[in-house]
Amino acid sequence: VRAEESAIIAGIGQSKLSRHVPVDPLSLTIESAMAAIFDAGLTPNDIDGVSCQPGLIGDMPGMSPVSIGEVRDALDLKLSWYTGAREGPGHLVAIFNACAAIAAGLANNVLCFRTVLESTGRAGLPAAVTTASSVVGRDQYSIPLGAVSAASRAAMFAQRYMFEYGLTREQLGLVSINARRNAGLNAKAIYRDPLDLDTYLNARQISSPFCLYDCDVPIDGSVAFVLSRRERTADIDHPAVGIAAIGSALADAHSWTQRREFLSMGSHDSASMMWRRTDLKPTDVDVVQLYDGFSIFPILWLEALGFVGRGEAGQFLEAGHHFLSGRLPMNTSGGQLAEGRLHGLGLLHEACVQLRGTAGERQVPLAEVAVVATGGGPDGGCLTLTKGIR
Amino acid sequence: MSENDARSLLLPFVTLGNEAFWRGGREGKLFISRCTCCERWIHPPSPICPSCLAADVRPTACSGLGTIWSFSVAAHQFHPAYPTPYVLAVVRLDEQDDLRIFGVLRGSSIDDVRIGLRVRVNFREVSNVFLIEFLSEVMST
Repeated sequence: VRAEESAIIAGIGQSKLSRHVPVDPLSLTIESAMAAIFDAGLTPNDIDGVSCQPGLIGDMPGMSPVSIGEVRDALDLKLSWYTGAREGPGHLVAIFNACAAIAAGLANNVLCFRTVLESTGRAGLPAAVTTASSVVGRDQYSIPLGAVSAASRAAMFAQRYMFEYGLTREQLGLVSINARRNAGLNAKAIYRDPLDLDTYLNARQISSPFCLYDCDVPIDGSVAFVLSRRERTADIDHPAVGIAAIGSALADAHSWTQRREFLSMGSHDSASMMWRRTDLKPTDVDVVQLYDGFSIFPILWLEALGFVGRGEAGQFLEAGHHFLSGRLPMNTSGGQLAEGRLHGLGLLHEACVQLRGTAGERQVPLAEVAVVATGGGPDGGCLTLTKGIR
Repeated sequence: MSENDARSLLLPFVTLGNEAFWRGGREGKLFISRCTCCERWIHPPSPICPSCLAADVRPTACSGLGTIWSFSVAAHQFHPAYPTPYVLAVVRLDEQDDLRIFGVLRGSSIDDVRIGLRVRVNFREVSNVFLIEFLSEVMST
């Protein structure tokens, strides 16, 4: 039995999203967790597993300020299994691990949550870097050498992609413009006003070729999911989200610079794996949610997942195929560039909303197959999701 | 740079395994791990060759010459110890096609930076760590 066939996404929940408003991270987490648990037709007594990524982080305030232990204690969960770990194939590893635990019989109903306090929690602190006194692991070959920000690291892909394939700033901007358009249809999104090309092009530079609107939005908020055994599908009062395939691979250097193909990322390994695990094809996909921490990442994911050929993403965007009205609507909630950054799991939430048909004004008609893909750089993972189980 | 700034620079965790890389600048040399068996260059430093699994991998001085593979002008200041603007580059070293390392490009006008620019390594000592930087060959000769 494949792990992903054992589980469904039975419940989803999301807190209010905000910037510059004092909030309590544990309260946000309880808000999203309780919503997801009730949505799954359960009570906290039924939750016997918790799976998170990255788990509690102490050296980057606001990045992940709530521990599994605090949530367990707040709801007095009776857990048979739990894990929260920083390393893994991107943010979705929390979901992969939950599937594996359910398949292995270690838990029946697993809560996954992701809480960030990156707006208020990091105010006044150096952004995007650790407060640790020295840098360890792979990061020590980027950060101390001047790659202090994730923006600079991601910019290396953008600059090289533009050099090799002629991607223009105007084409890159269509990722951000699409995000704002869709956020206009999402009452919870942080930035809902339309973005025009001139404003995009003339925004202040962050790390070339990225300007302000190429970078996602730090927020305070929480999102949660409950994964249950497949057998519970009939017990919930809305369509279950089925998991057709997981992509969780890493088959080349875990490095920003040392992969054999510089313009590939962990995403490319995971995308290949995912398509090997399902009969579904890129042409079967109705809607995609692609990690947009920086505007170049959805472009690299479109290629990794085979939605476009190598170097063809610019033309794809220019044709508007990624717009809500296009053939492959992308980041329909506004994504991290406009709804706000929930580190990949906000994108998963939106994929579930679309498949359940409750996206309101931004609903993609007849959405039955979704791909959600998160991560950028060395780590990346992806999921093919379906409306109901197949 | 003031002492305060130096203290807040983000420095690597230097161990026996990566000391040659981080302190080779004392001799003015860039040491990259190299397999003595298949002669592959390996970065970051590793005790074993991922190509042939030979364990005889040694820090080996390279030419320190390369070309800019990609770059970014860091404009927004993310950290008080890293004043902007500066040019961050990924440099492909001459020794091997997929041997690429990060480094700040010094001594060039930002407008002159482009992919393909020839550079050579330069070092900046901070607290007994020799940070790897690059200088344009055009500007420095």
